[in-house]
Amino acid sequence: MTHRSLCSLSLRQRGEGWGEGPLVRGRLSRFWRPLTLALSRHAGRGDLLCAVVALSGLLTFPASAAPFDYGLHAQKIADGVHVFEGRTEHFTRDNGGDIVNTGYIETAAGALVIDTGPSRRYGEQMRAAIESATGKPVAQVLITHAHPDHFLGNQAYAADAITALPVTRQTIQALGEDLAANLYRMVGGWMEGTEARVPARDAQPGALVIGGRSLKLLALRGHTDADLAVYDEKTRTLFAGDLVFFQRAPTTPNADLGAWLEALDQLDRLDFAVLVPGHGPVVKDHAAIVQTRAYLKWLRASLQDATRRGLDLNEAMAQVKVPPEFAKLAVFRDEFQRSVVHLYPAMELETLRRAK
Amino acid sequence: MSGQRRVGRWRSLFALTLLLSAPCAWPAKPVDPLRSPAWDAMVARHLDGGAVVFDERVIVRMPDSAEDALSVPVEVRVEGIDEVQEIRLIADLNPIPLILSYVPTRAAPAISFRFKVEQSTPVRAAARTPDGVWHVGGAWLSAAGGGCTAPSYGTGGGMWRDQLNQVSGALWPRDDGHSRLKLRVMHPMDTGLASGIPVFHIESLQVLDAKGRELARVLTYEPVSENPVLSLDLEGKGPVRIVGRDIQGNRIDAQVAP
Repeated sequence: MTHRSLCSLSLRQRGEGWGEGPLVRGRLSRFWRPLTLALSRHAGRGDLLCAVVALSGLLTFPASAAPFDYGLHAQKIADGVHVFEGRTEHFTRDNGGDIVNTGYIETAAGALVIDTGPSRRYGEQMRAAIESATGKPVAQVLITHAHPDHFLGNQAYAADAITALPVTRQTIQALGEDLAANLYRMVGGWMEGTEARVPARDAQPGALVIGGRSLKLLALRGHTDADLAVYDEKTRTLFAGDLVFFQRAPTTPNADLGAWLEALDQLDRLDFAVLVPGHGPVVKDHAAIVQTRAYLKWLRASLQDATRRGLDLNEAMAQVKVPPEFAKLAVFRDEFQRSVVHLYPAMELETLRRAK
Repeated sequence: MSGQRRVGRWRSLFALTLLLSAPCAWPAKPVDPLRSPAWDAMVARHLDGGAVVFDERVIVRMPDSAEDALSVPVEVRVEGIDEVQEIRLIADLNPIPLILSYVPTRAAPAISFRFKVEQSTPVRAAARTPDGVWHVGGAWLSAAGGGCTAPSYGTGGGMWRDQLNQVSGALWPRDDGHSRLKLRVMHPMDTGLASGIPVFHIESLQVLDAKGRELARVLTYEPVSENPVLSLDLEGKGPVRIVGRDIQGNRIDAQVAP
């Protein structure tokens, strides 16, 4: 089942099977889970298993009042513009994948949603929070790019309501299930019932008017093969997707650093008042673009230097000097290691010559 | 059973243990610091059942977890042990554990490569000294896996036939008299574990100096990643010739100059 693309969200494995997620959390579960396993093995009766699972569920739930509750609270960042800010962590069984910024813009026709989060549950809870706050059904959903923390909440909506760039749609179609399976391994039971739902509509770059609200869509690339940025004309708010990170090390599994830097230059020229990065705190100036650009330039220059000195991948990882401003970014060490694995093999080939 | 009788039995067992262990003629078997269930089998099968010591001077460096199960980068370096005759690389819990064997004839006892991993596993380097002892270092690699049972990309594309066994490389002279050789050989390196795709991999690579003397030799097995990239530290600073073959007898022959 492995596919190189799987690696786009890391094959790191935390813990054992996904069944150990919050579904069976706490002390009781440690007692009940072996029992359910033992019964399923010996009795071989599906209905008995179901009964025991249900029983263990009943006994477990009181321990954590609301299982799989992401506790989503939107933060208002501009007039009619709201963000659900994720944690600057890696995927874990504690955060359920809530490590990403999603958001919505109010319009007369209902909310325009930007990204749907890492799981079906997240998508559903996010939709409920938005519709309860706005009192209207969601009008439309935009997906910024084909990374699983941004689109696996799509099941909260009909495919027809979801719009993404054509390449993003193709990537979700081709790799969505692998990406979901990989996230199951990392965050466990939070993912229950999650499947990749492919957006049915193509995003057109340029002006977009919904419910009287004017927006501008920018089709860019660099973080992935297709990155959509969304600009709200009224409040001059820019949803930059994962083209911009802030106070958290950028991820590079599908990155083209040259294209990414060009995309950052384009975003930098926009006259925005508020910027929502894909990960990290919302900012009111260009600091997040400046930081992301500096990080990517440093990454590229230091890895190129290492290839020119003939270093192998692990030597590069160990020997590259890390400026303190980057070392202090959230999850820097893990992301830097991953980036070296992603980027170094192609870079080092440029130093090898065809032998005769 | 009375308590007294039980104590008596334990006492005699204790005495027997003392009796057996008193001569201490044979050294105690070292405990595997990585606590792998497969380690004893690895020693029997891949280290010729030889004497083993766990030795911190044998260093295995790799990321904590496998970002790409098809290509896990590993660096092995033996520091402070003279006369390393061979280094074997083993991933205990891989379906095919033996990754490669390195003979640094006129080279530093150090090699970097990438390999395919099927699940979380210890990765070991065993360095053999002339007394026949294997000095073993290693670490656990965390992996979700699937790398060994996936088809190679080359096999899927069909282009590999035109590029089979093509070598790219470069040499970097170092101040210590060695040269870093980095080379890549185009080869699908199919493990035979992907459905319908037979095993097909490079089996040997030999690096010779201008006079035809062997500088180093690598025996590569199924787990080595597709289009293998190897880094070696060779004695001398001159051009080298690389000769080898895959298991179907296709030849590799290329020259790399500094």
